[in-house]
Amino acid sequence: MTRIAFLWQRRGGKGWHWTDVVTWLWLGAGLIIMFGPAFWLVMSSFKSPAQLAEFPPSLLPYVNSTVVVEGHENPLPLFTVTDDTGTRVLAEVRRVGTVAQMIDPADPETVHKVPINTREPVRSVGFAWNNYLDPFVHFDFFLYLRNSVFVTTMATLITLLTNSMAAFALSKYQFRGANAVLFVVVATLMIPLSVILVPLYSIISAAGLFNSLWGVILPTVATPTGVFLLRQYMLTIPDELLEAARMDHASEWQIYWRIVLPLTAPALAVLAIFSVVWRWNDFLWPLIVLSRKEVYTLQVGLNSYAGELNVQWHFILAMTVVTMIPVVLVFLFLQRFITTGIAGSGLK
Amino acid sequence: MAPMKQMGWAVVTAPLALAASAIDPPLRLWQRWTGQSGMIVFFLIPNLAIFGTFVLLPLVINIAYSMTSGSALFLQDRSFVGLSQYATLLDCQNYADLSTCSQDQFWIALRNTAAFVVLEVTGLIVAATVTALILNREIRARGFWRAVFFFPVLLSPVVVGLIWRWILQRDGLLNAMLIGGGMEPVNWLIERNWAFTATIGVTIWAHLGFYTLILLAGLQAIPRDLYEAAEMDGTRPSRVFWRITLPLLLPNLLVVIVLSLIRAVQVFDEAFVLTGGGPGTATLYLTQYIYEVGFASLLKNPGLASAASILMGLVLVVLTLIQLAISRRNEQRGRLK
Repeated sequence: MTRIAFLWQRRGGKGWHWTDVVTWLWLGAGLIIMFGPAFWLVMSSFKSPAQLAEFPPSLLPYVNSTVVVEGHENPLPLFTVTDDTGTRVLAEVRRVGTVAQMIDPADPETVHKVPINTREPVRSVGFAWNNYLDPFVHFDFFLYLRNSVFVTTMATLITLLTNSMAAFALSKYQFRGANAVLFVVVATLMIPLSVILVPLYSIISAAGLFNSLWGVILPTVATPTGVFLLRQYMLTIPDELLEAARMDHASEWQIYWRIVLPLTAPALAVLAIFSVVWRWNDFLWPLIVLSRKEVYTLQVGLNSYAGELNVQWHFILAMTVVTMIPVVLVFLFLQRFITTGIAGSGLK
Repeated sequence: MAPMKQMGWAVVTAPLALAASAIDPPLRLWQRWTGQSGMIVFFLIPNLAIFGTFVLLPLVINIAYSMTSGSALFLQDRSFVGLSQYATLLDCQNYADLSTCSQDQFWIALRNTAAFVVLEVTGLIVAATVTALILNREIRARGFWRAVFFFPVLLSPVVVGLIWRWILQRDGLLNAMLIGGGMEPVNWLIERNWAFTATIGVTIWAHLGFYTLILLAGLQAIPRDLYEAAEMDGTRPSRVFWRITLPLLLPNLLVVIVLSLIRAVQVFDEAFVLTGGGPGTATLYLTQYIYEVGFASLLKNPGLASAASILMGLVLVVLTLIQLAISRRNEQRGRLK
């Protein structure tokens, strides 16, 4: 008893308080509610279509056991048959209505006729990998994945370059209009994409970027939050460093590239992580700009599959898991950067 | 391992460094020719050009656009109609009965969005505050628990929508659990009120961790000695909460409320993937209305869509100004301390 007492004893050896009960109930419920749905998604994504249609659903994915019998090209599914003669395991050759023609794998010559309500499939835990493989082979999933990777990479690179250049000018030079530029940057924080959808669409069309991945990339890269974050960070870099470099005849571009950028690396990393997550997850704007399947990103492609008349859940669940993977990796390895980024500046 | 890693980095950085040194000579020339001001222009131009073309220009065009009619895409092909798009949008014979409005969909979307904003923000703020208070306690593995609540924040709205559509569908996990518990199953996404509730619940689920994090940072910034002093005086915990924790958390709480209001007004992605605005118009929100009228519906009317988006933009501008005012006041307070 005393050995597991640490489970309910509080630090400092104080007794229980009702708030402790609330705390652990809240955390326990949080664990189930926050992780449960994603866990269920992963479990479901490994189930075959037939198993997905079952109700109530099983927790783990199962596959039907099969057996290879001489004289039959394909492996035959195994069933446990229970009737007057007892219980045995038979393989199904074909099914006619409610009666199945079955054989004993050990004695493939005799055909037994079995009513289907007397049998249960033999199953074991197993994974329907085809849910993952088929979308790559038979659908445009690979194309969507490639488009998403392209959009995310290019948008992030351009964001880092243009935002850091602007932040450099706004933090390291005194010039007339600097405050005006900053004001414009802040003001655009107020204009979310959903407010300028229609005219932005006409501009993108006029520029010939409709149905082009660049039409998705360009409107997103001049993020005011990025400029702001980097500027605040660059303000902490001492100007003496820059002056010393100017003495040594460094050009302004070299000062930016060789001195300021490397020193801004931590802030650049935060912005890069955010940019990757933002661009990977973008939905509304790609939905408007991209109308041909060849240029769909993952998010748009997934949505269009889910909107089909006959929803193929076994593929959709698997593709949802694949779409989730990069973000989960960011979560696992880079969470610290993100949480400090949000807590520090309310970045989102 | 380390050399491998360095080589991997070199593959990325070498071309960049090459490009950077390649453009240095012409830039030196530019610098000698135009001086420092020329360089300032050079550094600002890329960002401001993209900014101007894809944010500011659309904003200006939007105002002009909302005063034109027709289905033509480009502004010069459209006919000027003054404020009549706004009149159409707001025209109702009887404001108590939305079906008498000429754009009843807009009013339904407006009503749904208003209800959504109130309920979602309330639920979100309460849940985030409780979670932040609990995570601020002396619990084991705090980092792990914080991560638990933060996890859904990174998921894409499409993924969130699909995960919950899968769970809430008629033969889904939630109904299986209800039946297992001896209760009646519910058609979550088919009954109007449940579908509406589902969009609220799912949005809260997806955003909770983000606001919790901001509030937790606020809680951790409250000086420890205040609590120690209260403990020495034998102050009751409830009194400590109302007199110390809540007043000192208030600035963060206000920021979080306004931020979540701004995002709730624009609700689209998660709800759209989850319910598609249905059943009927039960979960039709403003952004979806703008999207449908501007792009998706057969009776496209971009002028009407941009008028609606400007009305939504006005609300957002007001909310953002409030937020900026609060943050500025918080900053000044912080400096005073």
